[in-house]
Amino acid sequence: MTGLMMVDKLFYLDNAAATRLDERVLEAMRPYLFDTYAVATSEFGYSQGIEAREALDEARAALADALGAAPEEFIFTSGSTESSNIALKGVALALGKKKGKHIIVSRIEDFPVLHSAQALEKQGFQVTYLDVDGEGFVNIDQLRDSITNETILVSVQHANQEIGTIQDIETISSICSEKEVLFHTDATHTFTRIPLDMKKIAVDLVTVSAHTIHGPKGTGGLYIRQGTQITKWMDGGFQEFNLRAGLENIPGAVGFAKAVELVTTEETKRLQDMRDRLIDNILARIPHSTLNGSPRKRLPQNANITFHFVEGESITLHLDMRGFAVSTGSACFSRSLEASHVISGIGGDHERAHGSIRFTFGRYNTMNDVNAVVEALGEIVEELRSISPLGKSEEQEEA
Amino acid sequence: MKFPYSDIVLEHFRHPRNVGKIENPDGKATEGSPACGDMVSVYIKVDPKKNTIADVKFESYGCASNIATGSIITELAKGKTLDKAKDITWQEASEALGGLPKIKAHCSVLAVEGLRSAIQNYEERHGLVKEKKPTTEEVVRQRLRRVINPLTGLNVVRTNLVKDISVKDGTVSVLVDLPGDHQFANNIKDEIRERIEPLWDVKEVVVEFTE
Repeated sequence: MTGLMMVDKLFYLDNAAATRLDERVLEAMRPYLFDTYAVATSEFGYSQGIEAREALDEARAALADALGAAPEEFIFTSGSTESSNIALKGVALALGKKKGKHIIVSRIEDFPVLHSAQALEKQGFQVTYLDVDGEGFVNIDQLRDSITNETILVSVQHANQEIGTIQDIETISSICSEKEVLFHTDATHTFTRIPLDMKKIAVDLVTVSAHTIHGPKGTGGLYIRQGTQITKWMDGGFQEFNLRAGLENIPGAVGFAKAVELVTTEETKRLQDMRDRLIDNILARIPHSTLNGSPRKRLPQNANITFHFVEGESITLHLDMRGFAVSTGSACFSRSLEASHVISGIGGDHERAHGSIRFTFGRYNTMNDVNAVVEALGEIVEELRSISPLGKSEEQEEA
Repeated sequence: MKFPYSDIVLEHFRHPRNVGKIENPDGKATEGSPACGDMVSVYIKVDPKKNTIADVKFESYGCASNIATGSIITELAKGKTLDKAKDITWQEASEALGGLPKIKAHCSVLAVEGLRSAIQNYEERHGLVKEKKPTTEEVVRQRLRRVINPLTGLNVVRTNLVKDISVKDGTVSVLVDLPGDHQFANNIKDEIRERIEPLWDVKEVVVEFTE
C-alpha cells in the first residue's frame, strides 16, 4: 500500500540479508558489462576473450588470497546457496558409495546446508543434527562421539545467520582432520570480517558470498582444498576446473574481488561499535529484553534481541512505517509460518522466537541510525505491550 | 513506501479501537495459537434486557493482522445481539478491513473466535449451554473447519485437504492430503492438534500426511 505515510529517512538494518552495492564495486564491474563482455576463452581464443579470462583469473587470485588459498582451490558460484549445495551434494556423490553415507551438520545451519542435508537424507544418507547450547555453540563432545567410519562430511557454520554466534571451528576442524573426515563451513557472514586462513586451519570446503559485503548479488564462491574428493553434478561445460558448469559471471567475479578489497579492519571495528551500542542501549532502556546468542563470540555486525510479550511482525511493521528495515524470527514473518529454527535450536520457546528482532549493520550505517532505532523501539515496544494480554501479572513481571 | 497490508488494516494496526480489559466482564475468552504464536483476549459486557453487546474490548499478543482484526471485530460487534455477533465471520471482518492476505487468515481468525468464545462463556455462566457431547468424526470435522490452509486462506475441510478422520478410544487420527515436507505441513499439523486436543475426551491426536 502506498501513500498512507512518508518518512524522511530510511534506516537499513538488514545487512545480513542483502547489502547496498558499493559504487566502487560497480565501477570495477562496468568494463566487463560493456567493453570486455566476451566469454572467457582459452589462451588460444580471441583477444577480448583472453582479456576476460585474465580478469577472471585475477579475481580468482584475489579471492583465494583472501582465504590464504591457491587460485585453483577457489571456484565462483551464484552465491552461498549454490556453494553449500555443491559442497554437501558433491561430497555425498563422491564418497557415498566409496566411504559411507553419514553426514553431520549443526541444528542451526542456514537453509542451504540444512535443506541439502535433508535432501540427502531422502536419498538414503544418515544425518546427525548436532545440538547447540543456549548461546548457540555446537556440542563438541557430541560431534566427536557422532563421527564413525561411515562419516564423510561435517558441516558447521563459521557464524550463525540469525544470532551471530561464532563457532569454534579451529577445534571442530582438528577433530575432523584427526578422524579423517571432510569439514565444510558456511562463512557467508564472517568472510572478510573475521580472519579465516586456510594455511592455519584444516577446513576442506568454505562457502562465501559477495552479497553480504556490498558486492553484487548472485555471486559467491566455494573454497575446495586441493585433493578433496568432490563430484560435479550440474552438467554442462568444463568451467571452474570442471566443477561448476556454466558461463562465468565475470562482472560478478570482478565485483566480488573489489568488494573484498574494500573491507577493512577499521570498518569492521566501526560495525562492532554500533552493535555494542545498540545492544547496551536496548538492554538498559527497554525492560524485558534479552540478547539472543553469545555476548562474547559474536559476529561484529549482528545483534539479535527478544522483546518479551510482543510479537516480531508487529514490531517490524511499526519500524517499517518509521523507515527502519529489520527482520524477525517470528513465524508470522516467515514463508513457512514456522518460528526460527535457530531460536528453537538454542532452547528458546515460541515466545522467544516471536519477539526476536535481528539488526545487522553495514558500511552505510552510522551511530545516528543506532540512536534512532533505539528511540523508535522504546516507543513501539511500550505501545505494543500496552495492548498485549501478556506480561501484566506480577508473576510475569518478575520473569 | 509499500506495505503488505491495506490502508484500513494499517490504520487499525496503528490506532486499534477498544483496546484493554473490562473489569468484571459478563463474558471473556482467550484464544491462542502456539503454532502461530498469536493470542487474543476478548471481554464483553451484555445488556441483559436487549440481549445485546453493550461493550467489548480486546487485547492482542500478535501480528498486525491479529491486532487489526481484534480492533474491527469489536467495532462490528458493539450493539449487536449475541446471536448476530456470534455469526460474524472472518470473511466479514476481512472485508471490513479492505481485505487481509490469505496467508494471515489463521492469525486473524483468532479474534473472530475470541468474540464467539466470549459470548459462549457468557452463555455458559448463565446456564444457556447444553451438556458435553462425545467427540465424533463430525465434531472433529467441524473443528477442522477452523484450521486454515495458508496457501488458499480457506479451511482444510473445504479445500479437501482432510482425506480421512478416525476416532477410536480417545485417539483422533487425521490424514492430510499433502506431502510431509510441504512448506506448511508442520504449521497445519500444529494447528490441527491445537484444535482437537482441547476436546474433553481426546487423549491423543495423530496427524499423518499422504506422502
